[in-house]
Amino acid sequence: MELSALLLQVLNGLDKGSAYALIALGLTLIFGTLGVVNFAHGALFMIGAFCAVTLQKLLTLSIITLDETKTDFLGNPQKIRTPYVEEWFGTAAGQAIIDWAVPLAILFAIPIMLIIGFIMERGLIKHFYKRPHADQILVTFGLAIVLQEIIKAYFGANQIPVPAPEAFIGSFDFGQLVGFDPGQVMYPYWRIVYFLFAMLIIALVFAFLQFTTFGMVVRAGMADRETVGLLGINIDKRFTIMFGIAAAVAGLAGVMYTPINPPNYHMGMDFLVISFVVVVVGGMGSLGGAVLAGFILGILESFASMREVIEFIPGINQVVIYLAAIVILLARPRGLLGRKGVMES
Amino acid sequence: MLGLSRRDFLTLLFVLVLVAAAPILMNPFPEGSKFAQFNAGYPDLMQRFVIFGIFAVGFNILFGLTGYLSFGHAAFLGAGSYAGVWMLKLLTINVIPAIVVSTLVAGVFALIIGFISLRRSGIYFSILTLAFAQMSFALAASVLTPITGGETGLQTALNDPRILDGAASGTGNIPAPALFGLEMGHSWQVKMGDWLWTFNVGYYLSALVLLVAFYISIRIFRSPFGMMLKAVKSNNQRLSYTGISPRPYTLAAFVISGMYAGLAGGLMVSMDPLAGAERMQWTASGEVVLMTILGGVGTLIGPVLGAGLIKYFENIFSKINDNLLHQWFAFMPDGLEDFMVTIIHPFVGKGWHLTLGLMFMLVVIFLPGGLIGGLSSLYNRVFRRSKAH
Amino acid sequence: MSAALEVRGVNKRFGGLQALDDVNLTVEEGRIHAIIGPNGAGKSTLLNCFVGRLTPDSGSVMFHGQSLLGIQPHQINQAGVSRVFQTPEIFSDLTVLENVMIPALAHRDGIFEFNAFKPMSRETDIRQRAVDVLEDLGMADKIDMVAASMSRGDKRRLEMAMGLVQDPRLLLLDEPTAGMSRADTNNTIDVLRHIGDSRGITMIIIEHDMHVVFSLADRISVLAQGTVIVEDAPENIKGNAKVQEAYLGGAH
Repeated sequence: MELSALLLQVLNGLDKGSAYALIALGLTLIFGTLGVVNFAHGALFMIGAFCAVTLQKLLTLSIITLDETKTDFLGNPQKIRTPYVEEWFGTAAGQAIIDWAVPLAILFAIPIMLIIGFIMERGLIKHFYKRPHADQILVTFGLAIVLQEIIKAYFGANQIPVPAPEAFIGSFDFGQLVGFDPGQVMYPYWRIVYFLFAMLIIALVFAFLQFTTFGMVVRAGMADRETVGLLGINIDKRFTIMFGIAAAVAGLAGVMYTPINPPNYHMGMDFLVISFVVVVVGGMGSLGGAVLAGFILGILESFASMREVIEFIPGINQVVIYLAAIVILLARPRGLLGRKGVMES
Repeated sequence: MLGLSRRDFLTLLFVLVLVAAAPILMNPFPEGSKFAQFNAGYPDLMQRFVIFGIFAVGFNILFGLTGYLSFGHAAFLGAGSYAGVWMLKLLTINVIPAIVVSTLVAGVFALIIGFISLRRSGIYFSILTLAFAQMSFALAASVLTPITGGETGLQTALNDPRILDGAASGTGNIPAPALFGLEMGHSWQVKMGDWLWTFNVGYYLSALVLLVAFYISIRIFRSPFGMMLKAVKSNNQRLSYTGISPRPYTLAAFVISGMYAGLAGGLMVSMDPLAGAERMQWTASGEVVLMTILGGVGTLIGPVLGAGLIKYFENIFSKINDNLLHQWFAFMPDGLEDFMVTIIHPFVGKGWHLTLGLMFMLVVIFLPGGLIGGLSSLYNRVFRRSKAH
Repeated sequence: MSAALEVRGVNKRFGGLQALDDVNLTVEEGRIHAIIGPNGAGKSTLLNCFVGRLTPDSGSVMFHGQSLLGIQPHQINQAGVSRVFQTPEIFSDLTVLENVMIPALAHRDGIFEFNAFKPMSRETDIRQRAVDVLEDLGMADKIDMVAASMSRGDKRRLEMAMGLVQDPRLLLLDEPTAGMSRADTNNTIDVLRHIGDSRGITMIIIEHDMHVVFSLADRISVLAQGTVIVEDAPENIKGNAKVQEAYLGGAH
């Protein structure tokens, strides 16, 4: 096995690891602050992705004009579609806006995800704080089904491709940068963007918790909710906001993931199961653990899909995450960075 | 009677009557009537009712009594299914070996997975079982193709060896699974006026197995063993200071519920000798959790009802289409008719999952004890009120 | 008279805190031995070392010649050591009777018994034992209550019933009368006295209530700062200068 191949696998693992880490981070925030196991979190990721789809559809809404000089194959005048944005901002600017639909969708998705998060928490989740974890799992699981069925009803069951901006199409020769021959370690630009974006979001969340008073109270609440409540601080309001933030993090992870993997309505469930494994492997309630486990499992999965590895252990690529989860949980009862007494009864 | 208290015996009797008369009860509407769509007395649907009933009853022994929430029970259903098909292929087309062996194979499988998973509790246990099941699913669909038939699934074939009943002739039709010559697919139809009832061999075999399985579950619930399991759920720590080792109790419960799942798998392939990997997927595990919760966790009869209800909705709701809706609302003025159809449309047919999701949310929000819990609290309220007056 | 429990040189550290410091203790068979001492003296920690909840860093705990260290809690219980916890540890979802029948079954059947097909209703002996013990403790009218719905004092008595029904050779009582009314306390003293006399069960009692201690104890050990400072007969403890110092010192 060559060194360049190893490097390529690490890189390949980063983008999936980033998605796992972002979803797991949100899950852990919700679990740590509200004590709620949110099975609808994957659906939030999926809704984020569909924010990008929606924005792209909105941007390409077109005026239809008839060009009498040309005819289509039926002999009718040719219809010309001109997106409104091109009409308003001129052709060049309009095309650029459409081209940058995915990054623009970040701005579009943040308010939407926050609102969805607030509604979810106020309308449903808050009634489940004191209910057993099994009830929380079931009600959010039901919600996840409802959300994905709604998306399916509007957008259909097929994957919807949403391209990255043209500037990011193509690959970066990462190998050459570190001294390999050209063309050996090619890495798509957008995946670099995704990784950097994920790191930025993770850093922002940690900084927010670490350096703001708001974050300090939330962290204190995560450690000991009752005591902080006794101090006369309105924890509930802050926790609602945290839920919104967690929803936004999942949503943004979804928005940016669309060029890597065209979204469909059940992508949330697919990611949720693995994200839960990630959270548990990281240790329930540990933010750092969630991020760490996300990247470890993402990279591990990528390594296991190497041809050399599969030839050696057939099928390992399918099971490596679960296998790792089993080994880690047996060796470390509370996951990588878990605290004692969380979620054990 | 049968070592049961009067009340439990009546419960068993109730289930007996329910499953025995199901072909009639499930077909309350005359053939060809507007509501015939709601009839559920078809052999394959009724078979699913009772087979998933067995699955849920077994799951309840683990989850309902010990509180250990397994997300991986589909693995045992799948293992049982594969074992069952292999018995039909290798031994005989008679379903008895298939049913027995699938139960045993699932039991061994559950012993291994349970032994490891039960080293942890809470959500860590749930995730361990999920991980094992997902691994089984992934392997069954890929590397284990020689044993499992991969994505196409495993099924009986004309040239199977079937060493006990000779066969392997390579001509004619693939023999259908049977009980000493009585084919599972065989049905008698009885027409009473406008009503048509179908009595199916496979259904009644499954129903019989359900009754035995249900009876065993009642015995377990009422035994000292069952009480220890309830104690595990209530206060696991205290139990060990009481001189009991909780681990073998939970492991036994895990293996028993795994065997129920394997039994259900064995019956499934006895009805339709085809086993696919998707039977092991986590959605299948989720389904049995939902059946149990919907009916009422830890209640005797709840899981049976939950299983029946979900399978009923799955089949009936998914069949309703716009034409049918227009027929139903034809008595209304046109505008209102279209409006009603538009409103209901997203919840039926392909959208029945939406109904399912909503149903779960409603049950969990308003009926934490499931249907049985809700009914019994209703009963208590009415009863107490009438007592007070 | 022989020793039921022999504790030799037990040490336990939690981080920087020396919770138990070279504890030595001998409990004679059939006696009621009280362990008293100011808050934080290490009484509950010591008890936890006897039932396998904690493992001492060093030292030995021998029960009738068998070491209690390094074996599982359920094995310790099966060896004949039952414990009544300070904060009631009961099966709150189950009925009072079931709470008592479980330890009775454990006593008869051992750590695991796959009796999945025998109905509970046929366990008449076990049921009778449980009812008897509950009657002794004045709880006969509450046997069908769900344990969670009882008062704190009743939960303590239920705990005691759970311990007594096992006919233990050694009963560990961690503040058995905390949270009880004076009348209930006196009643409990009578019950324990009666059991001690009639069945000869060895008991270790941790207690703050001196009335209870001096009504019951045959022997008293005083624990302060993790070590036994005095061990003597009750009549010699009251006037002991070291004990007074320990309590006054602890009161500051």
